[in-house]
Amino acid sequence: MAVLQARKFLARSFSNLSAHPLRVCIVGSGPAGFYTAEKMLKKHQRSEVDIIDRLPTPFGLVRSGVAPDHPETKIVTNQFSRVAQNERCSFFGNVNLGTSVSLSELRELYHIVVLAYGAESDRVLGIPGEDLKGVHSAREFVWWYNGHPDGINLDPDLQSTDTAVILGQGNVALDVARILLRPTSELATTDIASHALTALEQSSIRKVYLVGRRGPVQAACTAKELREVLGIKNLSIHIKEADLKTTPADEEEMKSNRIHRRIYELLSKAAISGSAQPSSGQQELHFVFFRQPDKFLESDNRRGHVSGVQLEQTVLKGVGPGRQIAVGTGQFEDIDCGVVLKSIGYKSVPVDGLLFDNQKGVVPNIQGRVLSDTSGDPALLENGLYVCGWLKRGPTGIIGTNLYCAEETVLSISEDLERGELASTATSPKPGREGLLELLNNRNVRVVPFSDWEKIDTEEKRLGSLRNKPREKLTTWEELLKAAMA
Amino acid sequence: MNCGFCTTASANASEGGNEQKETISVTFVDKDGEEKQIRVPIGMSMLEAAHENDIELEGACEGSLACSTCHVILMDMEYYNKLEDPTDEENDMLDLAFGLTETSRLGCQVIAKPELDGIRLAIPPATRNFAVDGYVPKPH
Repeated sequence: MAVLQARKFLARSFSNLSAHPLRVCIVGSGPAGFYTAEKMLKKHQRSEVDIIDRLPTPFGLVRSGVAPDHPETKIVTNQFSRVAQNERCSFFGNVNLGTSVSLSELRELYHIVVLAYGAESDRVLGIPGEDLKGVHSAREFVWWYNGHPDGINLDPDLQSTDTAVILGQGNVALDVARILLRPTSELATTDIASHALTALEQSSIRKVYLVGRRGPVQAACTAKELREVLGIKNLSIHIKEADLKTTPADEEEMKSNRIHRRIYELLSKAAISGSAQPSSGQQELHFVFFRQPDKFLESDNRRGHVSGVQLEQTVLKGVGPGRQIAVGTGQFEDIDCGVVLKSIGYKSVPVDGLLFDNQKGVVPNIQGRVLSDTSGDPALLENGLYVCGWLKRGPTGIIGTNLYCAEETVLSISEDLERGELASTATSPKPGREGLLELLNNRNVRVVPFSDWEKIDTEEKRLGSLRNKPREKLTTWEELLKAAMA
Repeated sequence: MNCGFCTTASANASEGGNEQKETISVTFVDKDGEEKQIRVPIGMSMLEAAHENDIELEGACEGSLACSTCHVILMDMEYYNKLEDPTDEENDMLDLAFGLTETSRLGCQVIAKPELDGIRLAIPPATRNFAVDGYVPKPH
């Protein structure tokens, strides 16, 4: 009892009277990182928050994921910039967790470390032919057209084929379909990377298939994106009416889910109006349902290159209330194509010294508190280590989902501070920002603070204004760092 | 908070030629149940009004119908019915709002007009316990 009271006293004196501020390091500057920073700064008026990112540019997927023709979705960077400009907050770009600084070093330097570095890898299908040329993950393709410095060398071949197959029917799948099919004159005034615009202008792709293993009721996209892709000029939409038949289980799913109900209605309307349209010389978008990929087919005249996808027909099987999965029927068919984009989900990358659930692709946690051991009872926690965003929940949700995710993680941190859970580390001062910068300087890491990102930002906008684009992205590490140092 | 919002209503706000802009009474009830009553000029959106009065309402896309973070719940059906039906664009964003109710609207699309005098708006709770009810936000 006395120990508990002593710890509470220490914790209270820390938070109310501490001579030293609470030093927090957030790894990752996407929405999860920035919303966490904003809430920490607000809730703990004596905290100092540093946000590190391996890229010289902040904002994560808002910069490298959101499609070029969705500029309104990027407006949130204004709010994130205000957070970075808070005097108790610092952004440090070009700092890599692992090579610039280790996790254990960060935990020595800061009272609290929050990992919010998202998901930079992909789920794999694990089927034959996945390594054939021409088979890419949608994530890589998105990085490519968004000018991510690690994505510019993708060099997708859009000229040797007229057909692209996209596996998956979520919003990322719809994004890549739309970028492949939109008139390039419309893309030319967006912040799309120039190398991608050029490739798309020379593209021969006229037919795109969006393939889902379940039905229209289970499609993972949302209404705005579906409406948009259905409204592309000179695009004929192909949906089989037979695929629109619903079962009682489907009806149940739609009854309790407004999103799915409205998606189904949009697809039904598109199927009816699509069949009435002539489709000569137009581009085509095919929604293929109840098909799962079995293998990728190799071209006979281009060894090592994909020439098609073999699909297995599926039926739905109920596995729980409101949940049906796809089961193969043993009947197969092929779609010929020269490009395949797998849009089946992102996956997080583990970090040395951290427990990782490889199946779910997350760091095991309880409401954002990182677990050090999942086998024990009660679960053992890693002191002062938290997660937020996709690394915490898995790679689903929208930008706004991170508002709630950050709220939960910050609440966990606050509770832990109040209860004296962090007393052992929290009562002593930590080197924080000064310590990190000294360490990085000793390692010759060229840190990019927010003011240097602003130089990159200004230069990109300047280059963009010469071409009637909101910005012309700098897409190589060299160009980015050069602009930062100007 | 310094916000430069661009709502379609702002363009209409300067009509009338009156020195004193006509205002209505709006009460915001935050997630902890605390109430704040403010006066809002005719033509201003609820999102803009909230920010001008330091009321914590998120507005990630700054009123451009590209997010659902300014989601508000009208506390009286009577007032909900006085609003124009949401457009497809607003409904598409409402699809994504957390804790959607039958009287939910986007704060950036509710524009102050005389008939809304006395309106009460609840700001939905910020935390959604992911584990408890098994809710997983699907869209992405």
